[in-house]
Amino acid sequence: MKRIGVFICHCGINIAKTVDVEALTEEIKKYPGVEHAENYKYMCSDPGQNLVIDAIKEQKLDAVVVAACSPTLHENTFRNASERGGLNRYVCEMANIREHCSWVHDDKTVATKKASLIIKTIVEKVKYDEPLEPIQVNVTKRALVIGGGIAGIQAALDIANAGVETILVEKGPSIGGRMAQLSETFPTLDCSQCILTPKMVEVSQHKKIKLIAYSEVEDVEGSVGNFKVKIKRKAAYVDQAKCTGCGICYEKCPIKVDSEFEEGLGKRKAIYTPFPQAVPNKPIIDTEHCTFFLKPGKCKVCQIVCPVQAVDFEQQDEILEEEVGAIVVATGYDIYEPEKLKEYGYGTIPDVITSMQFERLLSASGPTVGDVRRVSDGKEPKRIVFIQCAGSRDKENHLEYCSKICCMYTAKHALLYKHRVHDGEAIIFYIDVRTAGKGYEEFYNRVTDEGATYIRGKVSKVYQDNGKIIVLGADTLSGKQVEVEADMVVLALGMVPTRNSEALVRTLKIQCDANAFLTEAHPKLRPVESNTTGIYLAGAAQGPKDIPEVVAQASGAASKAIAILTQDEITFEPTIAGVDEDLCSGCGICVGVCPYNARELDREEMVIKVVEALCQGCGSCSSACPSGAAQQRNLIDRQIERMVVSALEEN
Amino acid sequence: MSEGTFEPKIIGFFCKWCTSAAADLAGTSRKKYPANLVPIRFFCSSRIDAQHILHAFENGADGVLIGGCHFGDCHYQDGNYKTARRIALLHNLLKEMGIDKRRLQLEWISAAEGDKFTKVVRKFTKQIKELGPMKGNGV
Repeated sequence: MKRIGVFICHCGINIAKTVDVEALTEEIKKYPGVEHAENYKYMCSDPGQNLVIDAIKEQKLDAVVVAACSPTLHENTFRNASERGGLNRYVCEMANIREHCSWVHDDKTVATKKASLIIKTIVEKVKYDEPLEPIQVNVTKRALVIGGGIAGIQAALDIANAGVETILVEKGPSIGGRMAQLSETFPTLDCSQCILTPKMVEVSQHKKIKLIAYSEVEDVEGSVGNFKVKIKRKAAYVDQAKCTGCGICYEKCPIKVDSEFEEGLGKRKAIYTPFPQAVPNKPIIDTEHCTFFLKPGKCKVCQIVCPVQAVDFEQQDEILEEEVGAIVVATGYDIYEPEKLKEYGYGTIPDVITSMQFERLLSASGPTVGDVRRVSDGKEPKRIVFIQCAGSRDKENHLEYCSKICCMYTAKHALLYKHRVHDGEAIIFYIDVRTAGKGYEEFYNRVTDEGATYIRGKVSKVYQDNGKIIVLGADTLSGKQVEVEADMVVLALGMVPTRNSEALVRTLKIQCDANAFLTEAHPKLRPVESNTTGIYLAGAAQGPKDIPEVVAQASGAASKAIAILTQDEITFEPTIAGVDEDLCSGCGICVGVCPYNARELDREEMVIKVVEALCQGCGSCSSACPSGAAQQRNLIDRQIERMVVSALEEN
Repeated sequence: MSEGTFEPKIIGFFCKWCTSAAADLAGTSRKKYPANLVPIRFFCSSRIDAQHILHAFENGADGVLIGGCHFGDCHYQDGNYKTARRIALLHNLLKEMGIDKRRLQLEWISAAEGDKFTKVVRKFTKQIKELGPMKGNGV
């Protein structure tokens, strides 16, 4: 049997005033298992801690109970003292007789009795406490960043600048993401590409970054410190090593296709780079439109003109295997489908366009080189109606949430339009104008000062009458219906998580919310961590946000990854739930209960295996296990039972 | 036994992130409440097995109070939902066993709700006093 020492603190008079510490000490001395009990005025002081240390040595104690304040205050203090006395830190426990007893009761007899019950429960607990060692995991000092938008770029640069090798995987042919498509950015009106492209170049030239574009993460195994990742490099049909990016192939390619980058407002070729500043600046072949793939063997113009014989029609998808220690997920966003807003005429009225298409019209590198022109006839629109919350904040029909950025980008659109077309009229329908952000309200004021008209109300319908676009809406401030004739209508669409990212989420075994945005480990205190240790979240994949927020979150995620990747090994609390393989029947109930994927069923041995680095020690598996095989270390069923019995003891 | 002299024995199973911390706050704020309840601290309310609760009743507890985090606040994502389901099932079972279900109570008390903690303990203790001891007139 263990030799247990109990140390009762007076806490000055905080405990001693309502608890008879002398009588308590005498009573506890008599309790089975207690070899030594004493009290002292301030147990947490140096002389107090020395009492503990000396008693451990002199009395050959195996376990320690300190009856004092809340363990949140001094558990570490006394566990450290126990270690100095030669004990394992996990056989030292605290009994809270201050916050839970002396401070909340007045009657000394009653409080003393309750204090003794509290101490006895903890004595029962330490009887079964085992010495534990922190869980140690070796770390592969490499990072994987998934997604090459501004979030992924920032995260990759931060991690690489900390000296850690980083793999950046981008599914498209170029990094840059949505930010590369934007014209100017609110509230400062910096040209988006001007601030982004230097970062893209920095990624491509960074010695510590391995950029794998036109590729997707297929499979992830393992856990924090040691993930094994399979990356599918899609066939580009252009040998990336040979290609010099000269561009002759896409100049000569005879096939023209709507450009995704230009949101359908411009054309690209069947062999293409998405935009001139693409990184890597190597073309790929779009097999859905390339003549060679549609009529096997035909055309081959690109192959014929390529001066370095880089075009390779035989190229196959390739699987790359990488090992990394931490992962940052930055898969970004798409805009809400405008086709779902039938009442606004998108798709039937050519001059009803999306906010992203308007970005391209405003962009100096866009299809009109920055001139605002109608899609239908190329004329300059003299009146544009902007519809905010198009498909947002509409629980019944569309997205319930607010995408946060649309008020600001619409204000920017109105301002940039007024700058381009001085006599143009910008009319904005809104539900609310939300401008929370540094310099945002000031920017909105500037836009209204420069003549944009804001109408508070929803648009019910957009239709064409005799070739004119009519916008029908309500002005809820005057209570009147409004009918506006417009030359162009811009739908301010909200953000949705990148389509087809569900498979990746499943592969990573992380969670997403009802809107498919990635779920953080804690909404306030762990906003950049996923539920799975070692996997971090950055950017709009986690929720709608603007560029400065994305960059801040990406740096946050990077610093979390760096904290792991700059260590040889990482340690975790050992008070996790293990498995008694003799008792485990392999039913797998605990696998479904665990929120962290820390438990896996070994189908050969039909027992559960625990990924110790993932277990957070909640113990929900312990209570769910029908055979008692899943036991939380140092809080096993037997301990709880003994604690209950001692708490109910008659004095 | 009359209500005046009966001092019930109550066990508190508390999550350390919320209710146990609320009890700490009640202490720091010197809020007084009856001393019948002895607290036992868990990492999460979802660790509390139905067996532990039945074990408490079997060994003389007159009441059991479970304290967890409010929905959406669980430190371990959804442990409190598991607890809610478990206690709902156990309430049905207690009825079958002839134990008044008011002897087992589940409360969500956040770390900031020291005041709520004292009110809940006061009310629950009063309720158990009114129900009388388990032994004798158990139901």
